[in-house]
Amino acid sequence: MHHSIDVRHLFFSYPDGHPALEDVTFRVAPGEKVALVGPNGAGKSTLLLHLNGILTGPGELIICGHTLSPATLGPIRAAVGMVFQDPDDQLFSPTVLEDVAFGPIYMGLSESQVRERVRTALASVGMSGQESRVSHHLSNGEKKRVAIASVLAMEPEVLVLDEPTAGLDPRGRRNLINLLRALPQTMLVSSHDLQMVAELLPRTILLDRGRVISDGSTAALLADPHLLEAHGLEAL
Amino acid sequence: MISVHVHYLDPHRSLDSPVHALDARVKFILTVAFILTVSLTPYAAWPVFILLLAAVLSVEILSRLGLGYVQRRASLALPFVLAALPLAFSVEGTNLFTMRLGAWTQTASLEGLERFLSVGFKSWLSIQAAIVLTSSTSFPDLLRAMRAVRLPRLLVAMFGLMWRYLFVLADEALRLMRARAARSGRPGPRADSRPMPSFAWRARVAGGMAGSLFLRAFNRSDRIYGAMLSRCYDGEVRSLPLSSLSPSGWLTLAGGFSLLILLLSLGVLFWG
Ligand SMILES: Nc1ncnc2c1ncn2[C@@H]1O[C@H](COP(=O)(O)OP(=O)(O)OP(=O)(O)O)[C@@H](O)[C@H]1O
Ligand SMILES: [Mg+2]
Repeated sequence: MHHSIDVRHLFFSYPDGHPALEDVTFRVAPGEKVALVGPNGAGKSTLLLHLNGILTGPGELIICGHTLSPATLGPIRAAVGMVFQDPDDQLFSPTVLEDVAFGPIYMGLSESQVRERVRTALASVGMSGQESRVSHHLSNGEKKRVAIASVLAMEPEVLVLDEPTAGLDPRGRRNLINLLRALPQTMLVSSHDLQMVAELLPRTILLDRGRVISDGSTAALLADPHLLEAHGLEAL
Repeated sequence: MISVHVHYLDPHRSLDSPVHALDARVKFILTVAFILTVSLTPYAAWPVFILLLAAVLSVEILSRLGLGYVQRRASLALPFVLAALPLAFSVEGTNLFTMRLGAWTQTASLEGLERFLSVGFKSWLSIQAAIVLTSSTSFPDLLRAMRAVRLPRLLVAMFGLMWRYLFVLADEALRLMRARAARSGRPGPRADSRPMPSFAWRARVAGGMAGSLFLRAFNRSDRIYGAMLSRCYDGEVRSLPLSSLSPSGWLTLAGGFSLLILLLSLGVLFWG
């Protein structure tokens, strides 16, 4: 059996020469729920963007059994559902229907399959019947939900979320946590929200200055205030 | 996050009227046909112009938008009509009056004046039709209508993205402006203080804002492209097929076309 995510010795520098990832190695088993924490600028978003080949650096990535290369981008992108931090980046279509249908259409599904996928994806985020709404007029929490629906519609094996609770009010945040808890997919979630991490994700990878500092159970990390403080995090 | 949005950019007024309920494709095609008819109708075919005006006014009334609303919006186009004013003086014909502007003498002719008034009237008619279309049709429906008439897909996709992110960008500009206002408290009442920040200062700030908006838009386009790639985008624009037009839609389309062709032939026969 293969790992869902298998990253080996990954390096990456932005074009301005700034090293963002240095020798990152970790594995995520199918069904595992993993948090990615670290201070601002640690490289979390940069790492996530590697998981479906939006960014590529030296190193080896094996996603759901496919070694990342130009030839495997198609199946890898279909297997990894990427939810971006700012839903305005993710919802680029005029209406909710077109946004949620985008992935399935490009996966080459038939019209009836696409419509079925849209229906189930919207239902699973509690946005049934909102197909014709205009993305701009949605609230922040609704935008997040639709953004998640837009990747769920692709029925991915792995869900990758970048700061899903950022910018949500307490109720929106609570709804989102409940929604994520109900999803069966393998998850890698970058977040500054340690409370959500504690509630939802049993394993945590701590990243700082592009390096993996620690990788283990969330409870153990949260019980180590010195480690947390040394990397710009606050104990609960 | 700031939740004050810019809504006034969207001309769409969602109301319950037969015009709003009409298929966007029918509305789009008939509006284009109407504007084409208006521009092909010969100059000074006043009876035809009046009939065309009656047609567009009845649609306005049917749409429940209110004549006042449409006319207020239409008046925005008025200054552009003045661009046609030189026509009144440049067309040869029966002399009306002569104007002296310093060393210049300009003679207005009856034909020229008629031509100018026709152009003005035509613009007024066309703009009203466009206002009714955009106010009674949501933009996503308009985009679908453009797709239905086989406008290039890439172009329609670009319109869609522009419309989607116009609001986001406007919100960003609003935030920047608020931040600027918060930092530009007026100086105290000193002897040498000016009542307003200097023009150069404001120009510098506006320039900085434009630059920062450009950078933000540029970065955002990068992220949007990443989001599209993540969902298997391959560079070709594809979308769900459109539903077929209902019989009543076809009927309206045929009716509208017959009327417009009738009016146009009238104009061409008697004034062409
Ligand atoms: N487009 C870019 N060009 C150059 N440098 C970049 C770019 N994007 C990010 N960086 C730099 O790379 C480093 C890692 O950034 P990244 O966005 O991955 O951090 P992050 O952990 O997601 O931070 P945050 O918690 O603020 O989202 C930072 O030092 C950042 O300044
Ligand atoms: Mg980030």
